[in-house]
Amino acid sequence: MEATSIGAAGGGRPSLEAPGSRRGEKAIKGLLALCGLLSVVTTTAIVVALIGPTVGFFEEVSFGEFFTTGWFPDFNPPSFGVFDIVVGTLNVTLWGMLFAIPIGLGAAIYLAEYASPRVRKAVKPILEILAGIPTVAIGFFAVSFLLPIIQDVWPGDFLGGADKPFFALAAGLGIGLMIVPIIASISEDAMSAVPQGLREGAYAMGATKATVATRVVFPAALSGIVASIVLGISRAVGETMIVVLVAGSTPNATLNPVESIQAITSFIAVTATGDISQGSITYEAVFAAGSVLFLMTLAMNVISIRLVRRYREVYE
Amino acid sequence: MTESAVPPTERARFAVAGARANVAAALGSQPRGDVIRNNLFAGLLLLAILIALAGLVALLAQAFAEGAPALSTKLITEPPSTIDTANAGFRPALIGSVVMILFVIGLIVPLGVGAAVYLEEYADGTKWWNRVIELNIQNLAAVPSIIYGILGLGLIVRGPLDLGFVLFAGAMTLALLVLPIVIIAGREAIRAVPPSIREGSLALGATQWQTIRRQVLPAAIPGVATGVILAVSRALGETAPLLLVGATVFVTADPTPFDGNYSALPVQIFQYATRPQEEFQTLAAAGIILMLVVLIAMNSVAIWLRNRYEQKW
Repeated sequence: MEATSIGAAGGGRPSLEAPGSRRGEKAIKGLLALCGLLSVVTTTAIVVALIGPTVGFFEEVSFGEFFTTGWFPDFNPPSFGVFDIVVGTLNVTLWGMLFAIPIGLGAAIYLAEYASPRVRKAVKPILEILAGIPTVAIGFFAVSFLLPIIQDVWPGDFLGGADKPFFALAAGLGIGLMIVPIIASISEDAMSAVPQGLREGAYAMGATKATVATRVVFPAALSGIVASIVLGISRAVGETMIVVLVAGSTPNATLNPVESIQAITSFIAVTATGDISQGSITYEAVFAAGSVLFLMTLAMNVISIRLVRRYREVYE
Repeated sequence: MTESAVPPTERARFAVAGARANVAAALGSQPRGDVIRNNLFAGLLLLAILIALAGLVALLAQAFAEGAPALSTKLITEPPSTIDTANAGFRPALIGSVVMILFVIGLIVPLGVGAAVYLEEYADGTKWWNRVIELNIQNLAAVPSIIYGILGLGLIVRGPLDLGFVLFAGAMTLALLVLPIVIIAGREAIRAVPPSIREGSLALGATQWQTIRRQVLPAAIPGVATGVILAVSRALGETAPLLLVGATVFVTADPTPFDGNYSALPVQIFQYATRPQEEFQTLAAAGIILMLVVLIAMNSVAIWLRNRYEQKW
C-alpha cells in the first residue's frame, strides 16, 4: 500500500520523471559559483584600486611629463618621468633573462631528452625547491654572496665598470636564479608532450640525439618554450624583494649592468610603507607606477597563457 | 634435397647475421664529428643543470655559513632588538606569520576548493563567462605580488573594508595572492578523478552534490592538500605585499589579529638584511635558515604526498 505512494496514480509503477529540482542542490551550485566569481572580483578590485589614485595622479601630472625620463618624486618640485624606473626594471630583467634562458632551457632539454628516469626523479624536486625559495632569501644571497664576487672578478673598465657598484648585475643574476626553475619546468613539460613518434621518425632517418633535440623536439615544443620565457619575463618584471635589497635606489634610465638603478617595484615597496599619507602626490604616484607594472605584466601573462594553450591543443 | 643439409634454425641465424652485416656496412659507425658534437651538446646541457644546482647549494651554504653563530632557541623566543643584538630574535614576527598562515588556510581552503569544484563539475566550459573566469585565474596566478599589496593597501587597509594596518588585513591580502594556486591544483586533482566514478554514483541515484561530496572530493584530497601546502609555503615567504599593508618592521610585542602592529618572518628578515652591520646580517641569515627549514619541510611533504597518493585508476 505504501509502496504505491511513490508512483503516480494507477499502474503501480513509480514515475521515471525527475523529482522536482532540489533547492539545496541549487543553493550549493550558486555558492560554488560565487567562489569561482571571486577571482573576477579580485581582478576587478585590483583595477579599481589602481584606477582611482591613478586618475588623481594624472590630474596633476600630464601624460607628457609621465612618459619621459627624470624620476624624482621627493624633489621640490617633484618630477615624474617614469621611463627611469621602467628602464631600471628592464635592465635587471634583461640580465636576469640572459642568465635564466640558457640555463633554464639547457636544464629542460637535459631533463626531457637526456636524463635517465632516475636522474629526472632526483633533479626535478630539487628544481622545485629552488622555485620555492622566498625571494627575500635570494636577494640576501645576491647582495652578500654574488655582489662581492662580481666586484672582485669584473674585468677592470669593461662597460665602464671601474669603481661602479654593479647593483643591477647582481640583482639580475639573483632574478635569473629565481626564473630558472620556471623556464625549466614549463619548457620540460612542453618538450615531454611532444609525441614519441616524431623522435622515432627522426632517429629512423639517422639523426643524432643532439639533432633530434634541437631540430625536432625544440621546434615542436616552441610555443611552450616561448610561453615559459614570457612568463619568466613577467615574473622578473614583477619581482620586488631582490631589486629592493640589491639593485640600489637610484632612478637611472640605463641598461648598463654596472650601475645602481631603481625598478618600478622597488619604488613602490620603499615608498608605500605604512606611514605614507593618503591622497598626496607621492601616494598617487605609487598607484600610477603600479598601473604601469600591472599593464606590462598583464600583456605578457595573456601572451603566455595563449601560447601554453596552443601546445596543449596540438598534442593532447 | 640439398636444403636439409642445413637445419632451418641455422638458416635463420645466417640470414640475420647477413642482414646485420649489411646494415652495419650501410650505416657504419657514426661519423666522428657527430659523436663529438653530440657529446659537447650533452655536456653543455649538463653544465646548465649543474649551474642551477650550484646556485641553490651556494644559497643554502651562504645562509648557513653566515647565520650559524646566531642559531639558537633565542631566535624563536626573543623579540627583535637593535641594541641587544646578541639576544635578538624573531618571536613577534614568527607569531605573526603563524597566525596569518592559519587565517590564510581558513580562507583559501573553502574558497579555493569551492571555485575548483564549480569550474570542474558545474561550469559549462563553452559559456563565455566561465572562460573569462578561467582566463582570469590563470592571469591572477602571474600578477606580481606587490600589485596585491597595492590592492590590499587601497581596498582592504583603506577604502571600502577599512580594516587599518592590522594582521588580518595582511592575511586577507596573502589569501587573495595564493588563491589561484589552490584553485589550479584543486582543478587538476578533481579532473584526475575518472568520470566512471561519478557515473557509477549518479547511476545509483546520488545527486550531483552527493556525488561530489562523497566520491569526487575524497578521491581528490591528496591533490588538493598538495596545492594547499604549496600555496601556504608561498604565502609564508612572501614579503613585498606585506610591506604595503602595514607589516611594520619593528614590532617587539606579540601581535593580535585585529588591532595593533604586526610583523612577519620574511619582513623581519628583510629589516635585518637592510642594516649593513655584521650582527644584523648574521641575524638575517639565521632567520633565512629558520624560514627555509620550515619551507623545505613543507615542500617535501607536498612532493611526498603527490608521489605517494598519485592514484592510477
